[in-house]
Amino acid sequence: MLSQESLQQIDREIAKYPSDRRQSAIISALRIAQQEKGWLSKELIEFIAGYIGIPPIAAWEVASFYNMFDLEPVGRHKITVCTNLPCALSGGIHAADYLKQKLGIGFNETTPDGMFTLKEGECMGACGDAPVLLHNNHRMCGFMTIEKIDQMLADLEKQ
Amino acid sequence: MLDIEIDGKAVQVLEGSTIMDAATLAGIYIPHFCYHKKLSIAASCRMCLVQVEKAPKPLPACATPVTNGMKVWTRSKEAIQAQKGVMEFLLINHPLDCPVCDQGGECQLQDLAVGYGGMHARYREEKRVFFNKDYGPLISSEASRCINCTRCVRFTAEIGGEMELGQAFRGDHAEIMTFLGRAIDSEISGNIIDLCPVGALTSKPFRYSARTWDLSRRRSVSPHDSLGTNLIVQTQHGEVKRVLPLDNERLNECWLTDKDRFSYEALMSPQRLTLPVMREGDDWHAESWQIALAFVSSALRNVVSEQGGQALGALASPHSTLEELYLLQKLVRGLGSENVDFRLRRSDFRSDDVRTGAPWLGMTVTDIHDLNSILVIGSFLRKDAPLLAQKVRHSALRHGLRVSTVSSAAEDWRMPMSTRVKVPPARMVSILADIATALAEKTGIPLASNLMQRESVKADIPGEAYAIAEELLNGDKKAVWLGNFAEQHPRAAELHLWAQEIARLSGASFGFIGEAANSVGGYFANAVPSAIGLNARAMIESPRHAYLLWGAEPDLDFADGAATLAAMTRARLVVAFSAFDSPALRQVADVILPLAPFSETAGTFVNCIGDIQSFEASTLPHGEARPGWKVLRVLGNLLELPGFDQDDCESVRAEALSGGNTRLDNTIGDVPAAKVPVPNADTLQRVADVPIYFADPLVRRAASLQNTADAALPVARMTQVTMETLGVKAGKKLRIKGSTGGVAELEAVVDENLASGCIRIAAAHVSTVPLGHLHGELTVERV
Amino acid sequence: MSIRPLILAGLDGDRTWRLQDYVARGGYEALRKIIKEKISPDAVIAELKASALRGRGGAGFPTGLKWSFVPRAFPGDKFVVCNSDEGEPGTFKDRDILRYNPHAVIEGMIIGAYAMGATRGYNYIHGEIFEVYQRFEEALDEARAAKLLGQNILGGDFSFELFAHHGYGAYVCGEETALLESIEGKKGQPRFKPPFPASYGLYGKPTTVNNTETFASVPFIIKMGGEAFMNLGKPNNGGTKIFSISGHVRKPGNYEINLGTPFSELLEMAGGMRAGRKLKAVIPGGSSAPVVPADIMMDCTMDFDSIAKAGSMLGSGAVIVMDETTCMVRALERLARFYHEESCGQCTPCREGTGWLYRVLHRIELGIGRPDDLDLLRSVAGNISGRTICALGDAAAGPVQSFIKHFADEFEYHIENRQCLVPLAVQDAGSQIYVGQSC
Repeated sequence: MLSQESLQQIDREIAKYPSDRRQSAIISALRIAQQEKGWLSKELIEFIAGYIGIPPIAAWEVASFYNMFDLEPVGRHKITVCTNLPCALSGGIHAADYLKQKLGIGFNETTPDGMFTLKEGECMGACGDAPVLLHNNHRMCGFMTIEKIDQMLADLEKQ
Repeated sequence: MLDIEIDGKAVQVLEGSTIMDAATLAGIYIPHFCYHKKLSIAASCRMCLVQVEKAPKPLPACATPVTNGMKVWTRSKEAIQAQKGVMEFLLINHPLDCPVCDQGGECQLQDLAVGYGGMHARYREEKRVFFNKDYGPLISSEASRCINCTRCVRFTAEIGGEMELGQAFRGDHAEIMTFLGRAIDSEISGNIIDLCPVGALTSKPFRYSARTWDLSRRRSVSPHDSLGTNLIVQTQHGEVKRVLPLDNERLNECWLTDKDRFSYEALMSPQRLTLPVMREGDDWHAESWQIALAFVSSALRNVVSEQGGQALGALASPHSTLEELYLLQKLVRGLGSENVDFRLRRSDFRSDDVRTGAPWLGMTVTDIHDLNSILVIGSFLRKDAPLLAQKVRHSALRHGLRVSTVSSAAEDWRMPMSTRVKVPPARMVSILADIATALAEKTGIPLASNLMQRESVKADIPGEAYAIAEELLNGDKKAVWLGNFAEQHPRAAELHLWAQEIARLSGASFGFIGEAANSVGGYFANAVPSAIGLNARAMIESPRHAYLLWGAEPDLDFADGAATLAAMTRARLVVAFSAFDSPALRQVADVILPLAPFSETAGTFVNCIGDIQSFEASTLPHGEARPGWKVLRVLGNLLELPGFDQDDCESVRAEALSGGNTRLDNTIGDVPAAKVPVPNADTLQRVADVPIYFADPLVRRAASLQNTADAALPVARMTQVTMETLGVKAGKKLRIKGSTGGVAELEAVVDENLASGCIRIAAAHVSTVPLGHLHGELTVERV
Repeated sequence: MSIRPLILAGLDGDRTWRLQDYVARGGYEALRKIIKEKISPDAVIAELKASALRGRGGAGFPTGLKWSFVPRAFPGDKFVVCNSDEGEPGTFKDRDILRYNPHAVIEGMIIGAYAMGATRGYNYIHGEIFEVYQRFEEALDEARAAKLLGQNILGGDFSFELFAHHGYGAYVCGEETALLESIEGKKGQPRFKPPFPASYGLYGKPTTVNNTETFASVPFIIKMGGEAFMNLGKPNNGGTKIFSISGHVRKPGNYEINLGTPFSELLEMAGGMRAGRKLKAVIPGGSSAPVVPADIMMDCTMDFDSIAKAGSMLGSGAVIVMDETTCMVRALERLARFYHEESCGQCTPCREGTGWLYRVLHRIELGIGRPDDLDLLRSVAGNISGRTICALGDAAAGPVQSFIKHFADEFEYHIENRQCLVPLAVQDAGSQIYVGQSC
């Protein structure tokens, strides 16, 4: 279900906690699984629950609670734009509007070619870098002017 | 002790008590939803907010520890304001469907809304809607009614032993669900219906069938397992509509097994017998009681006068009442026979000659709470005795009770297990001997002299026996229990003997879980053969001319259904007393008399700790069915036997209990070692469980329970290694042959929780009856 | 100007975060001193108390006092946990500390563990800053390799293991007991207290949770002495503090200043207001803190006591600056949506109430408010406030109460006229994409 590399990464996370506390690694394990597969299917969640050794519903609770987990398929590039107040004061909403227009999709939508999904995010703890967006959960892009957004999209399309 | 004043009332409470505890003690009700005395504290509904002196904000009574000198107001302006605020929040998204909600009339939200709700709604936004879930055949979901108290979630994890439900998502999207919409599988799942303070979880079988305020309530006692669970049977128009738990802290607490809760559906089963039926050649016709009983009495007289009293045998279900069992044995003995038994699934009766009393649990149920270590021998504990299992689980989870088991199958009991040993049935005696020997070695107490020279005592003791011995030397309070599998074992008496020795050497209490509601009561009623009588096995192995078959089905309720069917089919006379009709009964019986089941008769069950619990009929008998004790009384009169003129059930009970058979004692004297047959290399040893919903005639006909996973068709379970040895594959149909040639075709399923060289096939199902004895040897062929 | 940065001192963006750079700045001297001079845990705590260091995560609880609550004699595992789950709108200081000066946090945590007798620690890092989490992991590897972590640290008899734990998108995990639940691998649902983490924390063991900046301050306190640290600020408000300034200023960013510095000076450091526009209001301590109108704010100094006097909270030091182009209804609606999104769903008033607040505010913003809506909002906020398991309920209610209190006319105008008091075009002009000059 998962690559050897992902499983090794999960094992490294498990090793951070006391041996009878494997459940502590569930968030990381789900994160690693999602990075490999793009999103968390129920089968994948059940596999991870089994790997960690917790009831599947306990893993489902976690997967559905933390909002960076995707429980539905997303595009190759998920772009999450912060529109919370501090970002909004410095153009967060304008940046999001520009992305919507450029990609031709709204929030929680994916381009027909499956390349981009746009999400509206909550505070990412980087308000000083506004406008801020996240690419595929793990890469933070700050100071996103129109030019930088164009550049980013061009780079991603090339990948 | 701490002093606390609640609403001006001074109370003293133990250190560690909460305000809620103190209020309960003072008789003050604090409104609440998420708090439940048997569950961990969530403090999340916030309904129990109260005002506490010096606290800057209201505090939840359920979670706030009492401090000395604390002053609490539960109905002050501040407290009421907080409670009303919470009530409004609970109601804003709650649907206004009380008129069609089954919880109506017993809904905590409805009740408290009367006291704390506003006159009109201030919330004018859209209400939240959730899709209903499918939790299987027993529990109905109305998800939008849920107030997220999480009692059900906590129940599955803390009491049921496995988190089957969770609260997924967050904020006001949070909703209760199972993973992937799975059914809830716990054998005690129905309790979440009682726990749900609103109508989000209701009983599926009961759904829309009655309004709770229209129901009459009767106290009763469970006719199923050996715990003697106390019931409230709710009826309307002479029909049982619902069964709920009656709180009894000594036994079931506030819980009920699903079997106890939902088996009532069988009471109205189309297979209920409502008239006596008699055979005429190959045809059957209904008859009046008068004619049927006249026939029975004359037929019995004929057999006895022609073949002698010993030609007659009586076999009764251990689910029968004390009064029925007592009058039945009295009748049989009055006719000159000592052949009477209720232990139908047993095959080793050697302990009968050396026993000193009625086998029982050997301790109270509440004592489980304080145990340090327990060894359960030969038991499918979780399914055979779900609430006893729950007590053990609770103690294991909360108090560190160490649970060990020796059996042929190591099932998931949903509790922390310390040591699990699985051995094939043929090695059960020797592993117990090993454990006893290990204990003797560790404690320096020598083995009892009668056991020392046995061939099962070896020098070479396996490590697992030492491990169990060590578990049993842990702590002061220990217990050794023998389960149904051990009782049904072909060398049960030796298992008993060795378990007794293990208990002696480890200072443990010792006892039997017991198979059925009256497994102890049968002894009290003396429904067992005397030294010259035949036991249940002997009555089948040496077939009788006439049988009285009481409340049991010949194919499903015996150690060897096939042999029982054969013996009874050949008999000259079989009189069956049964609440239900069945093809097997029609095959063997000459007459079937309709019995009133537990809900339609007065009676008594003696549970595994010797509690004598009597109950009254909850409804009138269905059709022409009649209480068994009355039937036997009339039959006794017709047979002109002395002592059959009791006026009521109480007189029968008093007479039954006056006989001095009421001693609870597990002690047995010496039982010689049986000659151990050399296992046949070509055969597999059968491990037969009696699945929870196949166990007795009533539950077998409970429609909703029959749709659960626990009532799945029997399969042939083996370890992967055993399958490979046999060259068979999982998922394929196998042709399995019993030692007397009967055949069953079953699907092969991998089960690593089984001892090697074994095949686990459920008993008490028509598909496996041809395989014969529960502990028979089987051969396997591919189809 | 009172710029005497400590934690952020000598930093050069992404280039000087490694162990060697930190050591070159005098890093790990405090730890070496403790180990070498065998300074007792009690003496460390006394130094902390003398420093008047107050928790930098928002509540401002005296750190030395908190550390002294841990039952050091308790046998078995004890934990120190660092709360780097920074996700309150306006707050972004921990990210900079972690990426520019991670070893200050590590050293602070080691010293904390030493003082409290903890054997293991975790740093819970906000989900959205994965790159920072990776860097912190690297820093931990450096520290382990240098025997600053693990068995017998620096050859002494103190041993301590430290790990990074990564969150995945839940603001509520910034609440310390939710954070502990999250480390245990569960949903981040706060626990009812008591018991407090000091006695029943991670895995039910005694645990101390402190903010990133708090831990990062510890080495400096040990090095310079508690009193000297306190004197950087003012009594009861010791030391420097990092303020995260966002919103309508020219140079948004982090500024480490001495506590007690006037707000006007801080605003000046951040380049003043954009495009010469007028200051309208400030949220001085992260989005949960009550909003303060411009005139009151301009009279404040930046410390716990002064901001409290102004009716708000210093909180985490997240200063959201709003100018005259801001519609207060819209601003509050966005914050209300945030709390609605982030409510964990556990306790009734927050689960049900945050959605109610948001829906009513959303209606008002859409121009379909009702005359009694303001009373309703006040009442609902009042029914949430003080009735929930954790402070998220209060955090959701606080902005509603303060926005309506200070800007009632704007809300009333919105309900009556079905539009903003600030014309849309003005709002739009004020919230264009603006990238501040880096400081």
